[in-house]
Amino acid sequence: MNQAISTHRGRLALRAPSLETTAAWLLAIVWIFPLLYAIWAAFHPPAFMVRFDLFAPLTLDNFANAWAQAPFARYYLNTFLLVTGVVLAQFVVCTLAGFAFARFPIPGKDILFMLVLIQLFVFPEVLIVENYRIASGLGLVDTITGIGLPYVASAFGIFLLRQTFKTIPRELEEAARVEGCGWMAILLKVYVPLARPTYLAYGLVSISHHWNNFLWPLVVTNSVESRPLTVGLGIFSAPETGVNWATVSAATLLSIAPLLVAFLLFQRQFVQSFLRAGIR
Amino acid sequence: MVIHNADRRMQVYGALLLLPAAVLLGTFAYLPTVATLVNSLFLPGFRGEPPAFVGLENYAMLVEDRTFWRVARNNLIYALGTIPTSIALALGMALFVNARLPGRGLVRMAYFTPTILPMIAAANVWMFFYAPQIGLFNKLLGALGFSGVNWLGDPGVALGSVIVMTVWKEAGFFMIFYLAALQSIPPELKEASDLEGTSRWSFFWRVTFPLLMPTTLFVLINALINAVRVVDHLFILTKGGPNNATNLLLYYVYENAFSFFDRSYAATITVVILLVLAVVATLKFTVLDRRTHYQ
Amino acid sequence: MNARFSLVKGGLARGRRLGAATLGGLLAAGALNAQAQTELTLYYPVAVGGALTEVIDDLVAEFENEHPDISVEAIYAGNYDDTRVRAMSAIEAGEAPQLSVLFSIDLFDLLEQDAIVSFDSVIESDEEREWLDSFYPGLMENGQIDGQTYGIPFQRSTIVLYWNKDAFEAAGLDPETPPETWEEMAQMGAAVREASGGEQWGVMVPSTGYPYWMFQAFAFQNGHRLMNEAGTEVYFDDPAAIEALEYWVSLADEHEAMPDGTIEWGTLRQDFIEGATAMMWHTTGNLTAVRNEADFDFGVAMLPMKEQRGSPTGGGNFYLFKDSSEEEQRAAVTFIRWMTDPERAAAWSIETGYMGVSPAAYETEALRDYVEEFPPAAVARDQLEHGTAELATYQGGRVRRALDNAVQAALTGEMSAEEALKQAQAEADAALRRYARSR
Repeated sequence: MNQAISTHRGRLALRAPSLETTAAWLLAIVWIFPLLYAIWAAFHPPAFMVRFDLFAPLTLDNFANAWAQAPFARYYLNTFLLVTGVVLAQFVVCTLAGFAFARFPIPGKDILFMLVLIQLFVFPEVLIVENYRIASGLGLVDTITGIGLPYVASAFGIFLLRQTFKTIPRELEEAARVEGCGWMAILLKVYVPLARPTYLAYGLVSISHHWNNFLWPLVVTNSVESRPLTVGLGIFSAPETGVNWATVSAATLLSIAPLLVAFLLFQRQFVQSFLRAGIR
Repeated sequence: MVIHNADRRMQVYGALLLLPAAVLLGTFAYLPTVATLVNSLFLPGFRGEPPAFVGLENYAMLVEDRTFWRVARNNLIYALGTIPTSIALALGMALFVNARLPGRGLVRMAYFTPTILPMIAAANVWMFFYAPQIGLFNKLLGALGFSGVNWLGDPGVALGSVIVMTVWKEAGFFMIFYLAALQSIPPELKEASDLEGTSRWSFFWRVTFPLLMPTTLFVLINALINAVRVVDHLFILTKGGPNNATNLLLYYVYENAFSFFDRSYAATITVVILLVLAVVATLKFTVLDRRTHYQ
Repeated sequence: MNARFSLVKGGLARGRRLGAATLGGLLAAGALNAQAQTELTLYYPVAVGGALTEVIDDLVAEFENEHPDISVEAIYAGNYDDTRVRAMSAIEAGEAPQLSVLFSIDLFDLLEQDAIVSFDSVIESDEEREWLDSFYPGLMENGQIDGQTYGIPFQRSTIVLYWNKDAFEAAGLDPETPPETWEEMAQMGAAVREASGGEQWGVMVPSTGYPYWMFQAFAFQNGHRLMNEAGTEVYFDDPAAIEALEYWVSLADEHEAMPDGTIEWGTLRQDFIEGATAMMWHTTGNLTAVRNEADFDFGVAMLPMKEQRGSPTGGGNFYLFKDSSEEEQRAAVTFIRWMTDPERAAAWSIETGYMGVSPAAYETEALRDYVEEFPPAAVARDQLEHGTAELATYQGGRVRRALDNAVQAALTGEMSAEEALKQAQAEADAALRRYARSR
């Protein structure tokens, strides 16, 4: 904030801003409270779910229970494979398409691009019924590929990379061509390195999206072998199973921990990424 | 002629680059969209008979289906309940953390954190708040001497409870767009208005808010899409009940397709969702793209 | 959490051994895969609390140890509805399981999708035919049609009444006497509510999850059956059914013994354990979990009566799926026989509260001792003579949903019991019209 303004306001600092600060903090406490509550519930015996006692005994039993009652290790592995696979495949497919849209004279390019953008609105989860039929026909049901494949040609990724590639000066391309590079080499040596921030931003957004995605994975997976964390958690903690709340809290924390820790460590990058990747 | 050939080559090359994306989009976006439209015109075969073409009969059923209308109305209320609130809160949050504030980083983190949680996890946590007898909200109300509310079991309240959770989940996401937009407003504007003695209130309404208009439109589009797309929390919180009081369109599609084995009817409801999304898309391409910037 | 299992005599020790067996089983499965081993896949649901998946995994490992030529992959797939969806989806994808534990009432839908085969067509010897006849007839009702057996009872239950003796005592009621009739239940519930100064509810009957099931109990107690045996017709708007729903509503409205609105199936056990309600209706499958968690004296009784006693049976049966080789079907029968053998059925009943599915199970030493020490374990069995088949029809999902919605609409005051049930009847009739015609 600008220096001049703050001195100008200095006089009021004792009154008005304190109201604002209080409001901001109150809101922040309300907003973070559910997460703090989940942490509380997960680390205390079930008897303390709704009893707040600073000296309540801490315990890891809930985590042990959750871990024992569902194959979370396998779910982690599945989610990890899914997220890695999807993001890498998206990078390849969207890079190629983005590059084509940015630099190649394709007849009807604008119409094609509009067609791609439609996918910003028609996502795989809206079409679960037909996509399920298609995945089933391709033998992709209950596979990690089946969860990820519908998302690989991401309109959003194509759009972002096309925008980025368009801002890269043609002269760099010419220089590479003079050195005898073909199109692929130019793409890999000039465009991709310069678009690194876009990849980072898009990658982070895509990772968090697929880490958290639920409906399509729920529909297309049947077994532990392909079930990602969210689906495992959903099945585990559906209220009709009557699983102990403390255990559910622990399971919930287990599922969100990696992403949450990554977020806390790289907060700035995350926020920047979501921002850059603003249009989904 | 040489140039022409080079052009052709470029075209072919470009088409090849597009091919993987085109195949995938065709398979998982266009083909299923068309198939949805087609299937909504058929009835599934009864006991092994082939599906029968019935024209618009499924749509006639839809019009007569009280549950569908209830679900559609729910979705509208859900949109009206979540969108303005989360946008207003997001803007408020952005203004808060854009100002000088002790512990600003922490506050911003608190606002943003719900965004990165899976909806399923968020719903799990809120389930503990909403449980009628032993849940936290009613324990607190009880401590204050009020009788408890059946947050998810009372049809008059349940949708509201779902909305509150959604707002909590979304506001922080929208905040960051406002924050970025606020930071791009030149500080000189504020200085000038301070010199003129404009109140902060009128500065906000006369300067800041109009400047944020493109951001608001952009956030609005996103919020609209989410209002039809995200139903994950229903799987945990209510399963659409009680008596469909919290059922939303996409969840109704899921139920019809996978619980009732009625894919034709599911396709018919999906067509309605696609129509809604088409309206949103038109809104975006006509109104928003004229005015806004892509990062 | 091991404490839960150590309650069973020798349970802890067996748990350890089974743990080792799991590992051994896994290794063995890996090593033997190359050889001629019959591989079975099954889906199974869990609808009550407790670490039931562990129990199943342990059982499977023990089975594999005894039958090295058969490997079994048991997949936990959520609640009953989820599990049906998963199994059907696997069939559609061409990866049909060879067997599964599914809702006993999924029979009609499974038949219609042409997914299952009858046990009669697979079993060979007289011994096996005897096995088929060894279960409680009441538990076979939902599994047989046209003289063929499609479902073998496994995790089966009835609804029972749990009551908190301490709360009864505090309200000046006899802690050893549960309500016998509808009237008594309402009065006792109201008494608890009043004596606790509004701190505690008298009774809770869950109305999410499986509302139709609870409603069926009320209706049957009022002398009314909700559907025909062929699964093609339902009778939701009969005066006896309306009266039953009105009574349920009156528990909250009139007697103020039960909270307004719907009551969550999943959190109800916790409500009971926390003392939020003095009585609850719930599946007997929750018995062991309640026993382990409650720090007060509680009792279990048959549901109260109006015209008669009664509870629908409920829970999951084993089914055999069609798309499997003869060899696989034989292996599946071997596995199912092993799982439902009296000793196993007794252990399963002790660890969960689900019923021992055959009279022989209750004659095993383990279960006899357990029932002696903990009489509530026999209530579900004793209630079986007042049992009725669970609501099962074609288009089961839609028909049950129609009834669920009606129950919830009445309980939340959106509609009168009569309006709600009339609407449900109309919806169910529409869903069933092709079936009624074709029969």
